[in-house]
Amino acid sequence: MTASHLVNLLVFSALVSTVFAALLRDATRDRLRFGLKLFAGFVLAAIVVGWLMAPFPS
Amino acid sequence: MPGFAAQERGTLRRSLAEAKPGAVFPACLLAWLLPGAGHLYLGRTVKGLVFLGAIGALFVLGVASDARLEVHLGLDDLMASIVSLSQVATGLPYLVARLLGFEAGRPTSLSFDYGVTYTATAGLLNVLVILDAHDTARGLKP
Repeated sequence: MTASHLVNLLVFSALVSTVFAALLRDATRDRLRFGLKLFAGFVLAAIVVGWLMAPFPS
Repeated sequence: MPGFAAQERGTLRRSLAEAKPGAVFPACLLAWLLPGAGHLYLGRTVKGLVFLGAIGALFVLGVASDARLEVHLGLDDLMASIVSLSQVATGLPYLVARLLGFEAGRPTSLSFDYGVTYTATAGLLNVLVILDAHDTARGLKP
Protein backbone atom coordinates (compact mmCIF):
# COMPACT_ATOMS: atom_id res chain seq x y z
CA MET A 1 0.00 0.00 0.00
CA THR A 2 1.59 3.27 -1.06
CA ALA A 3 0.13 6.63 -0.13
CA SER A 4 1.60 10.12 0.02
CA HIS A 5 3.33 11.32 3.15
CA LEU A 6 0.49 13.83 3.74
CA VAL A 7 -2.20 11.13 3.55
CA ASN A 8 -0.20 8.95 5.96
CA LEU A 9 0.19 11.94 8.29
CA LEU A 10 -3.56 12.66 8.27
CA VAL A 11 -4.62 9.01 8.77
CA PHE A 12 -2.04 8.38 11.51
CA SER A 13 -2.92 11.61 13.34
CA ALA A 14 -6.67 10.90 13.16
CA LEU A 15 -6.35 7.37 14.56
CA VAL A 16 -3.90 8.27 17.34
CA SER A 17 -5.96 11.35 18.32
CA THR A 18 -9.08 9.16 18.52
CA VAL A 19 -7.42 6.73 20.94
CA PHE A 20 -5.96 9.49 23.13
CA ALA A 21 -9.30 11.35 23.23
CA ALA A 22 -11.10 8.17 24.39
CA LEU A 23 -8.36 7.49 26.97
CA LEU A 24 -7.97 10.94 28.47
CA ARG A 25 -11.48 12.43 28.44
CA ASP A 26 -14.75 11.00 29.76
CA ALA A 27 -17.58 13.10 28.31
CA THR A 28 -18.37 12.79 24.58
CA ARG A 29 -18.17 16.55 24.01
CA ASP A 30 -14.81 16.80 25.80
CA ARG A 31 -13.49 13.86 23.77
CA LEU A 32 -14.49 15.49 20.50
CA ARG A 33 -12.88 18.82 21.40
CA PHE A 34 -9.69 17.22 22.74
CA GLY A 35 -9.42 14.86 19.76
CA LEU A 36 -9.79 17.70 17.25
CA LYS A 37 -7.22 19.84 19.09
CA LEU A 38 -4.77 16.93 19.20
CA PHE A 39 -5.29 16.16 15.52
CA ALA A 40 -4.70 19.82 14.61
CA GLY A 41 -1.59 19.83 16.82
CA PHE A 42 -0.15 16.75 15.11
CA VAL A 43 -0.72 18.13 11.62
CA LEU A 44 0.51 21.66 12.41
CA ALA A 45 3.60 20.36 14.23
CA ALA A 46 4.49 18.09 11.29
CA ILE A 47 4.08 20.95 8.81
CA VAL A 48 6.17 23.35 10.94
CA VAL A 49 8.94 20.76 11.53
CA GLY A 50 8.89 19.85 7.81
CA TRP A 51 9.16 23.53 6.89
CA LEU A 52 12.09 24.02 9.30
CA MET A 53 13.84 20.94 7.86
CA ALA A 54 13.37 22.03 4.23
CA PRO A 55 16.77 23.84 4.01
CA PHE A 56 18.52 20.60 5.09
CA PRO A 57 17.36 17.98 2.58
CA SER A 58 19.80 15.23 3.57
CA MET B 1 -12.32 25.69 41.31
CA PRO B 2 -14.09 24.04 44.27
CA GLY B 3 -17.11 23.05 42.12
CA PHE B 4 -14.91 21.20 39.65
CA ALA B 5 -13.00 19.41 42.42
CA ALA B 6 -16.28 18.31 44.03
CA GLN B 7 -17.48 16.98 40.66
CA GLU B 8 -14.21 15.07 40.23
CA ARG B 9 -14.54 13.62 43.72
CA GLY B 10 -18.11 12.57 42.95
CA THR B 11 -17.01 10.83 39.73
CA LEU B 12 -14.18 9.04 41.55
CA ARG B 13 -16.53 7.94 44.35
CA ARG B 14 -18.98 6.49 41.77
CA SER B 15 -16.08 4.74 39.98
CA LEU B 16 -14.82 3.19 43.22
CA ALA B 17 -18.33 1.98 43.98
CA GLU B 18 -18.39 0.26 40.56
CA ALA B 19 -14.93 -1.34 41.04
CA LYS B 20 -14.62 -5.01 40.07
CA PRO B 21 -11.41 -6.25 41.78
CA GLY B 22 -11.91 -9.80 40.47
CA ALA B 23 -12.07 -8.50 36.91
CA VAL B 24 -8.64 -6.82 36.91
CA PHE B 25 -6.66 -9.78 35.57
CA PRO B 26 -9.19 -10.98 32.94
CA ALA B 27 -9.72 -7.38 31.77
CA CYS B 28 -5.96 -6.80 31.34
CA LEU B 29 -5.47 -10.16 29.62
CA LEU B 30 -8.36 -9.57 27.22
CA ALA B 31 -7.12 -6.01 26.57
CA TRP B 32 -3.74 -7.40 25.53
CA LEU B 33 -5.21 -10.21 23.41
CA LEU B 34 -7.52 -7.92 21.46
CA PRO B 35 -7.37 -4.11 21.66
CA GLY B 36 -10.57 -2.87 23.33
CA ALA B 37 -11.71 -6.32 24.50
CA GLY B 38 -10.88 -5.47 28.14
CA HIS B 39 -13.21 -2.48 28.04
CA LEU B 40 -15.94 -4.51 26.31
CA TYR B 41 -15.60 -7.08 29.11
CA LEU B 42 -15.99 -4.31 31.72
CA GLY B 43 -19.12 -3.00 30.01
CA ARG B 44 -17.45 0.12 28.50
CA THR B 45 -18.80 -0.69 25.05
CA VAL B 46 -18.20 2.61 23.25
CA LYS B 47 -14.64 2.93 24.52
CA GLY B 48 -13.92 -0.71 23.65
CA LEU B 49 -15.23 -0.33 20.11
CA VAL B 50 -13.26 2.91 19.61
CA PHE B 51 -10.04 1.19 20.71
CA LEU B 52 -10.76 -1.89 18.61
CA GLY B 53 -11.48 0.22 15.52
CA ALA B 54 -8.63 2.73 15.82
CA ILE B 55 -5.84 0.40 17.02
CA GLY B 56 -7.04 -2.37 14.70
CA ALA B 57 -6.98 0.05 11.75
CA LEU B 58 -3.46 1.23 12.66
CA PHE B 59 -2.19 -2.34 12.79
CA VAL B 60 -3.91 -3.47 9.57
CA LEU B 61 -2.66 -0.38 7.70
CA GLY B 62 0.84 -1.11 9.01
CA VAL B 63 0.76 -4.71 7.79
CA ALA B 64 -0.66 -3.54 4.45
CA SER B 65 2.27 -1.09 4.24
CA ASP B 66 4.75 -4.02 4.29
CA ALA B 67 5.90 -3.73 7.92
CA ARG B 68 8.27 -6.40 9.22
CA LEU B 69 6.84 -8.33 12.20
CA GLU B 70 9.76 -10.59 13.08
CA VAL B 71 10.76 -10.64 16.76
CA HIS B 72 14.08 -8.92 17.38
CA LEU B 73 15.49 -9.08 20.90
CA GLY B 74 18.97 -8.00 21.91
CA LEU B 75 21.14 -5.00 22.62
CA ASP B 76 22.86 -4.99 19.21
CA ASP B 77 20.01 -2.87 17.81
CA LEU B 78 18.07 -1.43 20.75
CA MET B 79 15.61 0.50 18.57
CA ALA B 80 14.68 -2.65 16.65
CA SER B 81 14.08 -4.46 19.95
CA ILE B 82 11.80 -1.68 21.22
CA VAL B 83 9.85 -1.65 17.95
CA SER B 84 9.55 -5.44 18.00
CA LEU B 85 8.27 -5.50 21.61
CA SER B 86 5.80 -2.73 20.75
CA GLN B 87 4.42 -4.79 17.87
CA VAL B 88 4.03 -7.85 20.14
CA ALA B 89 1.91 -5.70 22.51
CA THR B 90 -0.83 -5.66 19.85
CA GLY B 91 -1.71 -9.22 20.91
CA LEU B 92 -3.71 -11.59 18.74
CA PRO B 93 -3.70 -9.40 15.60
CA TYR B 94 0.13 -9.64 15.67
CA LEU B 95 0.07 -13.43 16.02
CA VAL B 96 -2.57 -13.81 13.30
CA ALA B 97 -0.61 -11.59 10.90
CA ARG B 98 2.51 -13.69 11.52
CA LEU B 99 0.60 -16.94 11.02
CA LEU B 100 -0.74 -15.56 7.73
CA GLY B 101 2.84 -15.09 6.53
CA PHE B 102 3.31 -11.32 6.91
CA GLU B 103 6.26 -11.59 9.33
CA ALA B 104 9.04 -10.80 6.85
CA GLY B 105 7.52 -7.59 5.46
CA ARG B 106 9.16 -5.96 2.45
CA PRO B 107 12.06 -3.67 3.48
CA THR B 108 12.50 -2.49 -0.12
CA SER B 109 8.93 -1.17 -0.22
CA LEU B 110 8.43 2.60 -0.26
CA SER B 111 5.90 2.30 2.55
CA PHE B 112 8.03 0.02 4.78
CA ASP B 113 8.90 2.75 7.32
CA TYR B 114 5.27 3.89 7.51
CA GLY B 115 4.23 0.28 8.14
CA VAL B 116 6.71 -0.19 10.98
CA THR B 117 5.58 3.10 12.56
CA TYR B 118 1.91 2.16 12.28
CA THR B 119 2.32 -1.32 13.80
CA ALA B 120 4.65 -0.18 16.62
CA THR B 121 2.32 2.70 17.50
CA ALA B 122 -0.66 0.32 17.56
CA GLY B 123 1.17 -1.81 20.14
CA LEU B 124 2.26 1.16 22.28
CA LEU B 125 -1.29 2.53 22.29
CA ASN B 126 -2.53 -0.91 23.32
CA VAL B 127 -0.21 -0.79 26.36
CA LEU B 128 -1.97 2.45 27.41
CA VAL B 129 -5.34 0.78 26.77
CA ILE B 130 -4.34 -2.19 29.00
CA LEU B 131 -3.39 0.24 31.79
CA ASP B 132 -6.72 2.05 31.31
CA ALA B 133 -8.60 -1.28 31.56
CA HIS B 134 -6.67 -1.99 34.79
CA ASP B 135 -7.63 1.38 36.30
CA THR B 136 -11.25 0.99 35.17
CA ALA B 137 -11.55 -2.47 36.76
CA ARG B 138 -10.06 -1.14 40.02
CA GLY B 139 -12.55 1.74 40.00
CA LEU B 140 -9.92 4.45 39.56
CA LYS B 141 -11.49 5.64 36.28
CA PRO B 142 -15.11 5.95 35.18
